[in-house]
This record gives sequence, structure tokens and C-alpha cells, in this order.
Amino acid sequence: MVAKQLSVFIENRQGRLHEVLDVLKLNKINILSLSLADTTEYGLLRLIVNDPEKGKDKLTFAGFSTMTTDVLVIKIDHKAGSLQGLLENLSDRGINIEYMYGLSVDGEDAFVVLKTSDLEEALQTLKKIGVTTLSTEDLKDIK
Amino acid sequence: MIWSKEETLSRKEIEKIQLERLQETVNRVYEKVEPYRKKMDEKGVKPSDIKTLKDLSKLPFVTKQDMRDTYPFGLFAVEKDKLVRIHASSGTTGKPTVVGYTQKDLEMWTECVSRIACMGGATEKDVAQICFGYGMFTGALGLHYGLENIGATIIPSSTGNSEKQIMYMKDFGTTLLVATPSYALRRAEVALSMGIDPKKDLKVKIGLVGSELLTDAMRAEMHKFWGEDMLVTSNYGMSELMGPGVSGECECLDGMHINEDFFIPEIINPKTGEVLPAGEKGELVITCIKKEGLPLIRYRTKDITRLIYEPCKCGRTFVRMENLSGRSDDMLKIRGVNVFPSQIEEVILNFDELGPHYEIIVEREGYSDMLTIRVELAKATDSFAELEKISRGVKNKLKIMLGLDAKVKLESPNTLQRFEGKAKRIKDLRSL
Repeated sequence: MVAKQLSVFIENRQGRLHEVLDVLKLNKINILSLSLADTTEYGLLRLIVNDPEKGKDKLTFAGFSTMTTDVLVIKIDHKAGSLQGLLENLSDRGINIEYMYGLSVDGEDAFVVLKTSDLEEALQTLKKIGVTTLSTEDLKDIK
Repeated sequence: MIWSKEETLSRKEIEKIQLERLQETVNRVYEKVEPYRKKMDEKGVKPSDIKTLKDLSKLPFVTKQDMRDTYPFGLFAVEKDKLVRIHASSGTTGKPTVVGYTQKDLEMWTECVSRIACMGGATEKDVAQICFGYGMFTGALGLHYGLENIGATIIPSSTGNSEKQIMYMKDFGTTLLVATPSYALRRAEVALSMGIDPKKDLKVKIGLVGSELLTDAMRAEMHKFWGEDMLVTSNYGMSELMGPGVSGECECLDGMHINEDFFIPEIINPKTGEVLPAGEKGELVITCIKKEGLPLIRYRTKDITRLIYEPCKCGRTFVRMENLSGRSDDMLKIRGVNVFPSQIEEVILNFDELGPHYEIIVEREGYSDMLTIRVELAKATDSFAELEKISRGVKNKLKIMLGLDAKVKLESPNTLQRFEGKAKRIKDLRSL
């Protein structure tokens, strides 16, 4: 199963991030996780939210260049070495990680968001080794 | 359809009319307009010296500055009570330039615009929406009377109120749009944001665009938004000369036919003022030969073009001027390189990932000029590699086209200013 990530292009200008967050707040869209990467000129804000399609529509309407991307949200054990083991499996099959960030939740499990070079292949691999991936639907239940 | 029989006269017949009218006009301004008489006397030329069309080059030029110096009516050739209309240019620097029309001038203007409207495919069946600002600007009323004269239905919607403009187009069945190219593109964006696809949901099939350059890339962009079957033609004019209608593009899309029975074109070297041989590129100079109110002689338009005397497939014999490559005063000199905004526009419009709007910023850093181009993303992406590819692509193309390094700044959609009239896309911060 894959989850939808919301990606927003933002210029490196004062207040731009704030404007994005404003739109999400106004439309009661909850952020589960985010990653912000930037160059000197612009940045990409990547978000896992409870309703990515709505987020995309509202942000597009507000004038942002926005899209949704399929990513893997993976549940892993909250202990040393678990992420390393997981990535080793992907790497062995020649699957590259384009970017990755964590999803914080309380409890015994940890979650990571992965964008891989080959989504299908990654999914198959994870299935084989018995790793759970979450869909956007599943994420709605996470508080 | 060809509107008037004059448009297909032989070269000999055209020249005969031109010489008669030129001689008449020169006689009249020498007698009635003091600044002209002074200028001619200073150059030692008398009206009787104009024996052939070639003698036109003996006459002094008139510039916008001359119009400012004689503001408001100093160059008029009739008494003020003979005027029936006054227009003025936007006057970006200081006082506007004022133009006046007699009843006959208005008739001539209407005739000229009717011709160019027909060149652009207009007929009496068209419903023409005029999205030029009504008022002192000549664009709106010029096109208005010209199109009405051929029997089209006019919607004088002017500029502004975007949603209503689209509503008129849809509900009144607009088939012809009069606008600047950037305004027409902007309207398409607005329509799309309202859930209306101009290609499918509107009937607009003709675009008469003017008051801004129409590059090939801009025309392609118009087709992308308004449909491949839209006939987009540009027309040319300026208030000093009359307004729109000096020349217009026919369906062959290979230059704009100049209404030569009313205007004589020359191409000069903008630096020396010397007349260039036929076919060479330079500054366009226009002489009005049938105007009563303000018959400017050898007016320097500052527009850069060339004249095409070869016969046109459409059957019209009037000389064509190539679509403008820029204005001599729009031209930027960046690190010693001559740059026309239209060149930059052409590069940008070739990228599907980018929208049609842009801004050119020139700054001085130390002793060096810095060129920055701001463009809007038209397609969303989640990848830095993709963004990098776009800005590097634009940079490379600009380097090839201009030989200059430029900074490319990607922006979110709708960030750059939109313009209702002429787009002002250059910010030259060096002179501040």
C-alpha cells in the first residue's frame, strides 16, 4: 500500500512557509509529518497530511505549485538497527532512496516516509520481508 | 476578405497616390504649422523641393520630444474647433502626447481599422469583445469603430473584472477577441480557474492582438490556451500616427501590411538617421499623408523592423513590415550586449514547464550588470532535479540566444504582476 505525500514549491522568501501552513490550518488539514529541503533560491515542502487531495486543491487555489506523490510509509521497530536492516534489503535489489524523513508517533513503533527510485519493486521487496506499509487511509487513524 | 480596392493597387498606382498626398501634406504643414516651417527652414528645404518620393528623405524628422515641446496642440494643422476628438498617449515620462482628429480623420481611421480587421479574418458575423481600456488610449475606440464599420457586433467590455469578461464571452458567444497578447493569455487562465476551457467551452476563433509584441512563441502560447484553430494576427499603430490600423497581419502571417495610401514607411539607421536600402532592418519612420488634424511627417517610431516588398499570397499589394523585434528604447544593453525582451520571451515560452509571464530585472553589482529572469512554474513537481533542470535549461538557452549569463528565479504560479494594458516586464534598476 502506498500513501500520498503533498509537495509544495516555495520560494525562499519571508512568510512563504507561513502562508502554506495558514491554508492548511484554515481548511483543518492536519500535518502528520513534514520535511523541508531547500536550495538558495527555493525549497520543496513535503508533507504527510490526513487529507492530501483536499490539501492539494486548497493550496493550488491559493496559488501554490502543488502536487501529490506516491510514497511508502513504513512501520519499523523502535530499536537500533531496524532502519539499517530495512534499507539493506532495498539496496540489495538496486532500489535507491530519493529522500526520506521520519513520522513521529508515540508508542513502540516508528514510521519512516520513503521515496524510492522504483515504487513497485520496493513494495514487492517489503512485502516479501513482511514489512507493513501504510496507506493514506491508515494514516487518518493515527492521532 | 479584402476590404478596399486600394489594398490591391499596383506599385505604380500606390506611388502616384503617395506623391500627390505627400506634396499636399508638406505644403499644408509648411503653411500652417510653425514648428514644421522652422525645422524645414533650418534644413533649407522648401515644399517645392519634394518632387519625387525619394525627396522625402530631405525632410526633417519629428520625434516624441517635439510633441512634448509643443504640448498640447503645437503640431496640429487645423483650428481647434475643427477637431471632433482628442486622445492622448499614456505618457509614461512626463506630459502625455496629445492627438486630435477631424471628422475626416476619424473616417480614415475607421477605414484603416476595417481593413486590418478583415486581414485578421473578421466578418460581419463576428461578435467582437474589445478588452482594451476605453478612454484616452486609442486602442479600444480605434478597433471599436473599425469592427463596427464592417458589421461585427461589438462588446465594449474594456479591461478588468476578469470573471465577468469570461461570462460575456460564454453567454454572448464572443468569436473575436481584441486584446494585448498577455491580457488574452491571462483571460484564458481565469477561464480555466472558473472551470471553463476556452478551447471547448468558448467560441473565440479570432484574436486581433496589438499594443504589445507578438512573438512566434507568444502566438504558439495563444494557440495552446485558445485552440489550434484560432487565427491570431497582430496589428500595429500608435496614437501619434492615428492609433491602431497603421498596419496589420493578414492570414498568411508573414508581416503586417501597411496602409500605404495613408502612410509612407521608411527604415532608417537609428544612430545616423540615414535611410536604409529596402529589406534592411532598422527604425521605422512613418509619414502621415492624409491626415488633417495631426499630419506628422517622418515620425520616428523607435520600433525596429524591416520592410518586405515581395508580393504577398493574400493578394494585397501594400508593403509589409516584419513583426517587430523590439523598440529601440526597449532595448537593454547588458554587459555591452543588445538584448530585446522579445528574445528572452521566446526562450521562456519554449518551456512547457513554465507559464507565459515573466519579469526581467537588470541590476548593477559592482561594475557588472546582473540579469535576472523571474518565471512562474506551470507544472508542479516534487523533484529538485526537475527544478534544477528547468532553471539550468532556461539559463543555457539564454546563453545561446544572448551570449549572456542570467540568473533564473522560479516562482509560484500567479506571483508575477499581471497587466491590463501594455505589460511592463522590465525592471532596470541600474539607472536608480
